[in-house]
Amino acid sequence: MTVVGTNARRYEGPDKVCGRAKYIDDHDFPGCLFGVTVRSSVAHGRIRRIDFDPKFPWSECVVATARDVPHNSVLLIEQDQPLLVDEIVRHAMEPIALIAHPRREKAYEALRHVHVEYEELKPALTLSQALGTEALIFAPDNVFKRFLIEKGDVEAGLRSSHFIVEGEYRVGHQEQAYIENNGMAAWWDNGGVSVMGSMQCPYYVHKAIKHMFGLPDEKVRVIQTATGGGFGGKEEYPNMIGGHAAVLARKAGRPVKIIYDRGEDMAATTKRHPAVVRHCTGLSRDGKLLTQDIEVIMDGGAYVTLSPVVLSRATLHAAGSYECPNVRVRSQVVATNTPPNGAFRGFGAPQTLFAVELHWEKIAQATGIDSLTLRRRNAFREGSITATGQHLRQSVGALETLECCVKRGGYERKRKEYERFNRDPKKKCWKGIGLALVHHGAGFTGSGEAHLASRAAISLTRQGEIKVLAASTEIGQGTNTLFAQIVADTLGVPYDWVAVEAADTGRVPNSGPTVASRTCMIVGGLLQQAAHLFKKEVVEARGSFPKTRKDMHLAAVSLCNGQPEKRFETQYQTPAHVHWDDKTYRGDAYGVYSYATVVADLEIDKTTFEVRVRKITTAQDIGKAINPLLAEGQIAGGTAQGVGYALYENVVMKGGVMANAQLTNYIIPTSLDTPPMDVVIIERPYSEGPFGAKGVGELPMDAPGPAIAAAIYQAAGLLISELPILPEKIAQAKSHDQADG
Amino acid sequence: MRGAPDTIILLRPRSTRQALEVFAQNPHAVPLAGGTDFMVSWNMGLHNGKTVLDISALRSWRKISAAKTGVRIGALATHADLQRHPALRREFSLLTEACSEIGAAAIQNRGTLGGNIANASPAGDSFPPQAVYEAKVHAVSAQARRLIPFNEIFVGVKKTVLRPGELIESVEIPFLKPRPSRQYFRKVGTRAAQALSKTVAAGLLWLSRDGRVSEMRFALGSMATMVRRLKSAEHFVQGKKLTSEVIDHACELLAKDVSPIDDVRSTAQYRLKVSRNLLREFLSGR
Amino acid sequence: MIKLTVNGKKRAFCGPPFKRLIDVLREDFRLTGAKEGCGEGECGACAVLVEGQAVNSCLIPVCQMDGRKIETIEALGTVQKLHPLQEAFIEEGGAQCGICTPGMLMTACAWLRSHRAPKHSLRAHGARPLLKYGRGTYRSPQDIRRVLAGNLCRCTGYQPIVNSVVRAMKRHRTPK
Repeated sequence: MTVVGTNARRYEGPDKVCGRAKYIDDHDFPGCLFGVTVRSSVAHGRIRRIDFDPKFPWSECVVATARDVPHNSVLLIEQDQPLLVDEIVRHAMEPIALIAHPRREKAYEALRHVHVEYEELKPALTLSQALGTEALIFAPDNVFKRFLIEKGDVEAGLRSSHFIVEGEYRVGHQEQAYIENNGMAAWWDNGGVSVMGSMQCPYYVHKAIKHMFGLPDEKVRVIQTATGGGFGGKEEYPNMIGGHAAVLARKAGRPVKIIYDRGEDMAATTKRHPAVVRHCTGLSRDGKLLTQDIEVIMDGGAYVTLSPVVLSRATLHAAGSYECPNVRVRSQVVATNTPPNGAFRGFGAPQTLFAVELHWEKIAQATGIDSLTLRRRNAFREGSITATGQHLRQSVGALETLECCVKRGGYERKRKEYERFNRDPKKKCWKGIGLALVHHGAGFTGSGEAHLASRAAISLTRQGEIKVLAASTEIGQGTNTLFAQIVADTLGVPYDWVAVEAADTGRVPNSGPTVASRTCMIVGGLLQQAAHLFKKEVVEARGSFPKTRKDMHLAAVSLCNGQPEKRFETQYQTPAHVHWDDKTYRGDAYGVYSYATVVADLEIDKTTFEVRVRKITTAQDIGKAINPLLAEGQIAGGTAQGVGYALYENVVMKGGVMANAQLTNYIIPTSLDTPPMDVVIIERPYSEGPFGAKGVGELPMDAPGPAIAAAIYQAAGLLISELPILPEKIAQAKSHDQADG
Repeated sequence: MRGAPDTIILLRPRSTRQALEVFAQNPHAVPLAGGTDFMVSWNMGLHNGKTVLDISALRSWRKISAAKTGVRIGALATHADLQRHPALRREFSLLTEACSEIGAAAIQNRGTLGGNIANASPAGDSFPPQAVYEAKVHAVSAQARRLIPFNEIFVGVKKTVLRPGELIESVEIPFLKPRPSRQYFRKVGTRAAQALSKTVAAGLLWLSRDGRVSEMRFALGSMATMVRRLKSAEHFVQGKKLTSEVIDHACELLAKDVSPIDDVRSTAQYRLKVSRNLLREFLSGR
Repeated sequence: MIKLTVNGKKRAFCGPPFKRLIDVLREDFRLTGAKEGCGEGECGACAVLVEGQAVNSCLIPVCQMDGRKIETIEALGTVQKLHPLQEAFIEEGGAQCGICTPGMLMTACAWLRSHRAPKHSLRAHGARPLLKYGRGTYRSPQDIRRVLAGNLCRCTGYQPIVNSVVRAMKRHRTPK
């Protein structure tokens, strides 16, 4: 019986629908204290002193400062970000001290009795202030990282171009807005520490905690609880909160739990990087791309965190899913005195893909060739060569997704119909339809997977249970279910024979972080190999693979040979065809790409300038849907986040701090703001992915933004090149009021 | 979760008489009804140590009753109660419509009409309909009762003319005679539901046989520190036919009675432009 | 002392009467199904039913629940015997990370109970009103979207949730 390709029941589904799944705040720790964080109120400054109001009963509390952290770094790519500020505050909401109290509300009360005195320093809050080095945050020039990709000769390409089209595109911050806020707990025993909580990457936390306290591997245990959404927002910040909980717990000698409330989570934790992207594109008379000169500037916030890798992905996707003989991408990520930006579904690609996709509308305007035709002429096909010189030999579904959406979404017919409709001034709305075509590299960039060298295993217990062992976390996207499906089919056993071990570093090998659309393709692939090993060994030992649970039990007893379990572990090997050079940024940037097209059909109210997306049609080439229902769920969910990015989600920064850090004022779409979606999965299998699977997690985030902006362009005749496109922007751009027209 | 419950002095009267007496003795107590606004700031830790007068047990104040002259809505009637009431739906559809756009179901099941008024948010969605229906607020205290015209109850952001010790007992809305030729309600929020208003409008229009305006009432919320009737525009269109010039000028006059601001939800410019469009939509009847 | 009925059981609460319902349920009664997502009545993750109506338990001091009947996700169904709505949420992918799911289910449950079951079969896609009711009133997926608008979900894009509710209505004409 095969279960891959079917809608196998979500592994932890029954627990979730019964309210039994345990998230971090649902766990009770005897004797636990509740931790809160003293945060900076200035964007840039030197701490003069910290006063603890003597009227407050501090004896009830445990207080920790930078002095209580042996190695004061959250340890990501660089070691520049402290766990607690010792001297220089580099952004508002930066952690300065920690307070724990047996009661939550008392801990918060204590916060009011701490007063930090600063010598304020001039901050650089915007990109232009930072590039003008109004304040030096990162030596020598406030640039965390630069990349350059070059293919062909951009200047020569420009000289031979018939059309040259320039454009500038901007996107703001975006908040992940998982519904479960960040939270972690920690406790110490026998000189070791256990950290438990809501997270994507247990081994990131493991590594950071080891570093902070100078502990060996076995003295740190990190356990993921049920996690109420991540979307990147729980990739790196759990290092910080986990570290804070561990610092307090060590000092208190008791367990400490830290749960952020919404305001703190929104104002203090990471967001999607704002970006400015400039394009100068040259084309032949018939609309073939001849040259793309692209400049990308991203706002990294006050510390390096993951910005270099976000910039890398942004850079590698900047030229879009099109073949062009001459390409140059120059990119940089800049330090500002704002809370560090970080991972968010898409990881840099939604920013640059928005630019390259909406730029087609500008090119269409300049050339008189519609953007669909332009895309058809230039999109990747098998055999295309990318900006980094990667030869796309297989699994290129770009045009297939495009044609599928164009047909199902009635794109060409509606385009004409809406043109007529919009000419009638009596109509109460304008209508528009727009599309975007994107690609998304699956797995870590370039040599990233080789460096990670992830491991995953299958365990056969003496009782005959088959367990998946991986640190890849279930954060709603279906990790547990996919892994069980892949292992069940590879072994040829029923789905319900396979159990998935909790992501606990004390139990599971390091299968790498749960990011970069890599869980199914990379880790699923490792598990498939492990299952092959398992099967081979069982068959060699017994002559055949067990068909009943009883037989499996018997086989287990002999294979385990007195041990409680037998493990079959595999480690990542770079596929033979993948070659990447980090120095020149040339080669196979990703093993493979997934592709997606979105057609957005919308109306703009002429009275209020509100945009209502009526329908989204999308086709996505993900290689193989291991579980179509879960894959569609990823696509619908990512698309909704894309709708939010395009139309609603506006982080208002004032003085370097988020001024609308509430779900009341940071607007994510409700069920009524999200349109019905027609989702089509296209399967162009990838030879190295399990059952042909490629990445799906981030891809759906990339296309809705530009597709909606293009539809707004048709509807209102306004090419608004900055997301989000709020009604305020449309109203302002409409120089005269057309409601009475 | 930042609220410290053991710091609260809770007064929980069981009868209206008791409520008024207790309030008279504790005039600085904060009256609490559905709590949909108070509890939000409570959760931020902003009310620790306060005295709270929880009036939610006063069942008799939840009644909605139709009389000859109008409908009387108990202060504790919820937004959901209002939507379900047949006389309100029939006679005062702008109000029931507004109630259906306040938050979403869970908020409508708890939030009360009286609580909303006492809370005096500039963005109260039920206020423009009450302003154009010219509702009257029955306020009671241990000493006296008084009738306050709805259009006089607010004095600023989160401020009303209610005195310490005084509670809203009910809201009375007089039937409209004759019935208006045109009624209008529209909320423009930050999204399609579960939203706060950027601007919110309610309008009533009576036209005479010859097509002239015999009376126009139009109110806007979220456009000033409190709900505002557009007195200048209302006065201007009186007795006139609604030609496009008249409508244009009325829309120009709108700015005289409101003073929108830039905030995290919108801009003054947008609010003004869209409010004009709403007035235009209302006056042009489409 | 505050007396209330929770999931059919009579309970008493002797702590501070201004403690929030959500905290009493989670901390004192160990019913952790209701979640706190925002503390401002915006996300609906804390939704429970009071006298059959969906409310946000983060906005209610428990003193206001004296004598009231409260239902939480824990009473809807069990892993062994799922409620039709729970079953449908699994089958249609209505739950991903699961944090909004208890609130979403309770809101949907209140709505389904307050409406008659549909007569004819339903389809999940399309904008036309599709669900026909006994008295000839129509309920469309758009109505379901309206009902659930106070429950934010960041994972699913809502379509799988709408499909789940449609499926529950379709299969079980009179869900309890």
